[in-house]
Amino acid sequence: MLARPGLVSFDYVRARTPGEVVQLLAEHGADARLMMGGTDLLVRIRDGAVRPRLVVDLKHLPGMRDILYQQQAGLTVGAAVTMNQLARHPAVVAHYPLLAQAANSVASYPLRNRATIGGNLCNASPCADTAPPSYVLAGRIVVHGSAGEQEVAIADFFRGPGQTVLQPGQFVTAIRFPPSPAAASGRYLKLGRNKAGDLAIVSVAVLGFPDASAPSGYRFRIALGAVAPVVLRVPAAEEWLAHHPPGAETFARAADLAAAAASPIDDVRASADYRRAMVRTLTRRGLNAVADTIAAPTGSA
Amino acid sequence: MANHAITVTVNGVKERVDVPSNMTLLEMLRQRLALTGAKNGCGAGECGACTVLLDGEPVNACMVLAAEVDGAAVVTVEGLAQDGQLSAVQQAFVEEGGVQCGFCTPGMLISAHALLQRNPRPTEDEIREALVGNLCRCTGYTRIVRAVQKAAQGGVE
Repeated sequence: MLARPGLVSFDYVRARTPGEVVQLLAEHGADARLMMGGTDLLVRIRDGAVRPRLVVDLKHLPGMRDILYQQQAGLTVGAAVTMNQLARHPAVVAHYPLLAQAANSVASYPLRNRATIGGNLCNASPCADTAPPSYVLAGRIVVHGSAGEQEVAIADFFRGPGQTVLQPGQFVTAIRFPPSPAAASGRYLKLGRNKAGDLAIVSVAVLGFPDASAPSGYRFRIALGAVAPVVLRVPAAEEWLAHHPPGAETFARAADLAAAAASPIDDVRASADYRRAMVRTLTRRGLNAVADTIAAPTGSA
Repeated sequence: MANHAITVTVNGVKERVDVPSNMTLLEMLRQRLALTGAKNGCGAGECGACTVLLDGEPVNACMVLAAEVDGAAVVTVEGLAQDGQLSAVQQAFVEEGGVQCGFCTPGMLISAHALLQRNPRPTEDEIREALVGNLCRCTGYTRIVRAVQKAAQGGVE
């Protein structure tokens, strides 16, 4: 690839308050673009895919770069928290390890110093690494707009590749995660063309935890990335796992159900057939790994 | 288009620079401050030839706007040597022959330096992971990895 010329002309504003952002978006409409780490936006400007007149930097808004954890309330991650911040935050590592694993699998270390969780989700790539963990961890997107703040469940946030439910004038300020279920264990498995530094060909997030209300004594949540227009949960596999004792046969069947749920495409990174086969493999591996580390159900639970 | 009067500390020296909104940190370093160590490779955050330290952490300077770094501290490859003495990583690259054409070297050195700051005793896998965003088309990486291992064993970095 040849080195490309500089960026087209635009104005840059470092926003200080959410109200200022709302006002700028109202004034400039589609000519304004929001930026945090810039790892997607600046590439798209250079490629000519977008030509903003105004770039509004959101990462200095209050709280945008903070991670807050409370046992009762759970985790609140500011939208401009970087992948490296997320991957090494003690509360994230201790209580939401699959989110840390996913953040740590994004691109390269220098990119992870700039790329943000809010940007990763708002770009709505089907292979966004933080998306599948956000599904199984029941994440909620905090959306700010002229009418104030509202929360959207992650499962309702994506519309398709590159598309979210965000309306003109709205932007994301944080992602909230409820407390993880007691004794839960989670894994994020990602397959790229290389061991590190690549986009996901397929990714699978698995969360498992003891639950006395499930006939098998356990519940599992499974989310698949990069194999459909948006991240997929796999209710059929999750039901199967709730009703059958954990073990190799149960997990193999659940992995088949996950593969059947996927609707992948052929692209430059992999064929649809290969992706489907890898959904099966990664789901089985994820279930085995989670089952190995999950706490046994306690009689009193 | 508005210009921004920014103050940025580069390699320990406080600089006041007028930058247009669309100027990248890399362009500012190379064109305004004549620091041509960091290179313009892909312009898309893939190759790492432009890697510099921003407030102590490595970033791709082609993907940062100069206007963003107001008040920050930047270290480029020119800032690694102290008092005419090469840093441990630089010295190890020389001794192990971790350089061929040299285009990737400034970025490699910054990424390796940052790795040893956060992890003074990295394994080979950790070294390779830390350098995954720095492409080298000449060496096959073997000597680069060996140089980082040598710098780590040498201790002070």
